[in-house]
Amino acid sequence: MKIVVAIKQVPARDSLLKVDASGTWIDDSDLSWEINEPDAYALEAGLQLRESAGGEVVVLCAGPDRVTQTIREALAKGADRAIHIEMGDNAADPLSLAGVMAGALETEKPDVILTGLQSDDLGYGQTGVVLAEVMGVPHATLVMSIEQIATGIRVKRELEDGWFQHVEMPLPALLTIQSGAAKLRYATLMGIKKAKSKEIKRVTAESGAASSLKLERIYFPQKSKRSQLLEGTPQEVATQLVDKLRFEARVL
Amino acid sequence: MSGILAVLEQHEGKLHPMSLEALAAAQQIATELGQPVYAAVIGHAVQPLAAIVAAFHIARVHAVEHELLAEYTPDGYIAALKQLIELHRPAFVLFPHTYQVRDFAPGLAASLNRVLVSDVIGHRIESTNVILVRQLFQGKMNADVRLSGDAPYFASIQAGAFRAENAQKSETPAPVEVTTPGLTPQQIRTKPLERFRESQRAVDLSAAERIVSVGRGIREAENIALVEQLAKAMGAELAASRPICDNGWLPMERQVGSSGQTVAPKLYVAVGISGAIQHLVGMKGSKTIVAINKDPEAPIFEIADYGIVGDLFQIVPALIEALKK
Repeated sequence: MKIVVAIKQVPARDSLLKVDASGTWIDDSDLSWEINEPDAYALEAGLQLRESAGGEVVVLCAGPDRVTQTIREALAKGADRAIHIEMGDNAADPLSLAGVMAGALETEKPDVILTGLQSDDLGYGQTGVVLAEVMGVPHATLVMSIEQIATGIRVKRELEDGWFQHVEMPLPALLTIQSGAAKLRYATLMGIKKAKSKEIKRVTAESGAASSLKLERIYFPQKSKRSQLLEGTPQEVATQLVDKLRFEARVL
Repeated sequence: MSGILAVLEQHEGKLHPMSLEALAAAQQIATELGQPVYAAVIGHAVQPLAAIVAAFHIARVHAVEHELLAEYTPDGYIAALKQLIELHRPAFVLFPHTYQVRDFAPGLAASLNRVLVSDVIGHRIESTNVILVRQLFQGKMNADVRLSGDAPYFASIQAGAFRAENAQKSETPAPVEVTTPGLTPQQIRTKPLERFRESQRAVDLSAAERIVSVGRGIREAENIALVEQLAKAMGAELAASRPICDNGWLPMERQVGSSGQTVAPKLYVAVGISGAIQHLVGMKGSKTIVAINKDPEAPIFEIADYGIVGDLFQIVPALIEALKK
């Protein structure tokens, strides 16, 4: 089974964010970067699927030069090879990005395409579903597990409010993987060593990559007025809080 | 192209609670733009529901009716709604940002060569342009999004961004137009099986008066005991955000949020929880909210009554001590 896992590189989770001079994106000059966490779960699901069904895992990642590091980490975890679509950071909206990704996958003919349910930076939560539409393949989102059946695959999807559902579909298909559904593996020393010799194919995004979603301005939301921030030593804030909960809010 | 179409979500003939929030959003934006509002309900045998929706202040209800739409599939919904939109050509199509909408609406927009603006929390009108506000970086930042290109524009509305009770009713019911889209079984490639729940819920957090809830900031399973002591000292139930339950550190039945329970206790203490929207929708109705988190930009502080920015491993033990006095 040929499994493609689409991953994205995003600022590390605990980054202190600053708005850049243009006011339309963050200042990324001294950020550290990591794999988008939901995509790490997609990679894990891809590696597990290869372990049960055989085949290969191909990582697909769009972005500037620095995403090579995230690609290497995915290869170190066990992906077989990678395709790097060279383009600016978040230069395309989900529809034009999906067009570029579909182009890069045209000769690959994957059986399964996996990705995370959303990105931790833009959080559109759409690239997977849109890619399925552009490639003309069936899809399911929020997938917890995947099993092979005679007619294709059966997946377990998460619905709202604690409900689940199995869905069957033929291959090829695209799945977005629910975070937390599996335990993430670490790269082994051997994996890191092997990753260095694995193939990263570089492709250039067609000039068609454009964005019809224009971020006009980004900013920190106004703090709500009602919030009281308590300050002092741990003992001081603890005493203040207990007093306030007892005598002001009267909830203790 | 004119008018705002609100696509309402239903399951087994009942509206999803967020459907009326999307309708309220459509009504408000429509009033500001001076355009009519339409609503659509999709499924099989949805006319009774369409009649209920007709009581709201809207120009028309579309009952999109087909036996192949009895059970939700993205293929069926995309094909049916694409036909409705091409026929009636609304300027805006709004959805509630539910799990189901996330499954099909991006594909629907793409099938019409458009991009959905997902998870919208607000809007403003500049002359005749609508600017939509959505969150970035898991709620830490906001972005103003300018719509470009041609209508129709697609947007999904975040839970709680508009209030369902603001959806206005009308004295005379709106006309209901039943349409049957062209659909064949071959178009529907996925086969959904029965819905199920994994386990009976032994803990009913919704009945708790006080809840102490723990998140990622706790770092290790062994540290949960510290928060459990705080819960005990406050006479509170222990709950958690999703990552904690995913890791198996607490059972799923103690999870608060869109995939867990919805709670509204007198007191909700969020310990090491950053406040992703999936968690906030499950607890923002709490009367008094306390947030303890090391990141001053964490969105949980947006909705907290009392906030403490600091190291939970110092603050929680101090709180347990203070409660003894």
